[in-house]
Amino acid sequence: MIARALVSRFGPLVGIAVAILLALAVAVPALNLLVPAGSPLHVPTHVVVLLGKWLAYALLAVSLDLVWGYCGILSLGHGAFFALGGYAMGMYLMRQIGPRGVYGNPVLPDFMVFLNWTELPVTWWGFQSFPYALLMVVLAPGLLALALGWFAFRSRVTGVYLSIITQAMTYALLLAFFRNNMGFGGNNGLTDFKDILGHPIQGPGVRAALFAATALALAAGLLIARFVVTSKLGLVLVAIRDAEARARFLGYRAERYKLFVFTLSAAMAGCAGALYVPQVGIINPSEFSPANSIEAVIWVAVGGRGTLVGAALGAVLVNAAKSWFTGALPDYWLFALGALFIVATVVLPKGVMGLAARLRPRKAPLPPQAPVPAQQPAE
Amino acid sequence: MAAPLTSALLYLDGVSVSFDGFRALNNLSLVLEPGEMRAIIGPNGAGKTTMMDVITGKTRPDTGDVYFQGTHDLRRLDEAAIAELGIGRKFQKPTVFDAHTVEDNLLLALKAPRGVYANLVHHLSGAQARRIDEILETVRLAERRREPAGALSHGQRQWLEIGMLLAQDPALLLVDEPVAGMTDAETAETAELLRRINRTHSVIVVEHDMHFVRELDVKVTVLHEGSVLAEGDLDAVSADERVVEVYLGR
Repeated sequence: MIARALVSRFGPLVGIAVAILLALAVAVPALNLLVPAGSPLHVPTHVVVLLGKWLAYALLAVSLDLVWGYCGILSLGHGAFFALGGYAMGMYLMRQIGPRGVYGNPVLPDFMVFLNWTELPVTWWGFQSFPYALLMVVLAPGLLALALGWFAFRSRVTGVYLSIITQAMTYALLLAFFRNNMGFGGNNGLTDFKDILGHPIQGPGVRAALFAATALALAAGLLIARFVVTSKLGLVLVAIRDAEARARFLGYRAERYKLFVFTLSAAMAGCAGALYVPQVGIINPSEFSPANSIEAVIWVAVGGRGTLVGAALGAVLVNAAKSWFTGALPDYWLFALGALFIVATVVLPKGVMGLAARLRPRKAPLPPQAPVPAQQPAE
Repeated sequence: MAAPLTSALLYLDGVSVSFDGFRALNNLSLVLEPGEMRAIIGPNGAGKTTMMDVITGKTRPDTGDVYFQGTHDLRRLDEAAIAELGIGRKFQKPTVFDAHTVEDNLLLALKAPRGVYANLVHHLSGAQARRIDEILETVRLAERRREPAGALSHGQRQWLEIGMLLAQDPALLLVDEPVAGMTDAETAETAELLRRINRTHSVIVVEHDMHFVRELDVKVTVLHEGSVLAEGDLDAVSADERVVEVYLGR
């Protein structure tokens, strides 16, 4: 019933995906907590954590698809927004440790005591409050995207140049967060978390709750993204993607539309990072590494650019493959990832979703997404 | 707002534009009265498209004045601002949004607020839906309204772009080579359509096709090497020796 209502408002793909996510949010925690460990139906806690991690990645992929698939902004730095959201959550979790740290300082996290700091830096103020941390999860990546986008889009930086700028941004943040005097734990990052909202973070109840929260956040992300791309604003975004100059001559200020969608997407990526960190138990500067952002682009390409659900599916599929490969053939994962990207671009330009649509023609047509080169009026 | 400097709808005075030393426009002056339709002809490289670019804010002139409705200095505005003032443009190469359906192309062009928020919460009103239906009839694309614009033939794309101009409902339409690639019958229909549009809008048409220009039956401006060579009705300018020389070569 819920599924039918979702399908009629948000279309078959997103409707079904959201219904599945809602079911997972209930079923996985139930099968983990209520079914005894010996039963074949029992979902072990390490599987719950693994699935939760994949769903956080899927939310990152959806946010990237929103800008790349629908507005042609190929961000090679979305991992930075993900990591910033993760750091904001990590800072809250560090403050939750309180006097239980190795040095027993009630206010300062261990690494600050180790560096002989005596006062909490301004950047850490307020992070003892969960609502404040949640606000920062959205604001920190959102404001960075707003500032970067304001300069880049206003100067009409597009295409590969914009991609390079986003890549440089995440690399610059990687180097900055490595520095101890930035006050974010240097290359060790933030870890040894104890509690979240007063509950032990390693407890099975919290694990299951984090999984459910991630599934719900992904569902919400899909619905928000779908709402945006099916609005008239969504039509404008695709118009800008395919023929930016033409859209301007119709009176649409392309830079404002890009800024809106880029900022929204960054905030969404920040939420994904915030859900990821308590599940994996650590955040360090390697999350800013350019390779992470590029991997996210591959998830979207494999799943199907400009389909939202495809992006989420791509993230889960590629990460499932990564889990298997790094266990069975650890030396070959990067080769496999590269091959996957080549196959996706050459053989499956519309990814897994395009393949599914080709196998079942005339049912559930995908949104048109042929990347047309920007047409410039010629003399 | 300051008093209008001129009663003309569009006023270009002494406009020059150079690209890397090449003078695309050379001291060009042109005045269009409200409600007028003007045909612009001239050999390749005469500066026709550059003139359109200057009017629509794509190219900034090096020198000269460009005024719309006597008060708006178009040199100071960008493309989107000029479009919102009421200057619409059809490109030489038909430029529609290929991934969107025919009706979505018209919806995007339809006169409405262009802000981000207004478009996020936009709902199609009954009046807008009727206007789109009307335009689809006018440009004869009603049958194909749900198809992607990329699937249209060249002539249909030209018509869709004219339909987008109608939807935009600008005070001034700039139409660059509307009948390129059209059959004779389509050309005649397009001339008829433009005459009908001209009853309520001012129009500038750039075209090579002399039959088409004759059918429009309006004042003609001949451009050559970036400036106005002759101006008047088609018979008068065709009799002008310099025009003949430019077109036929020495």
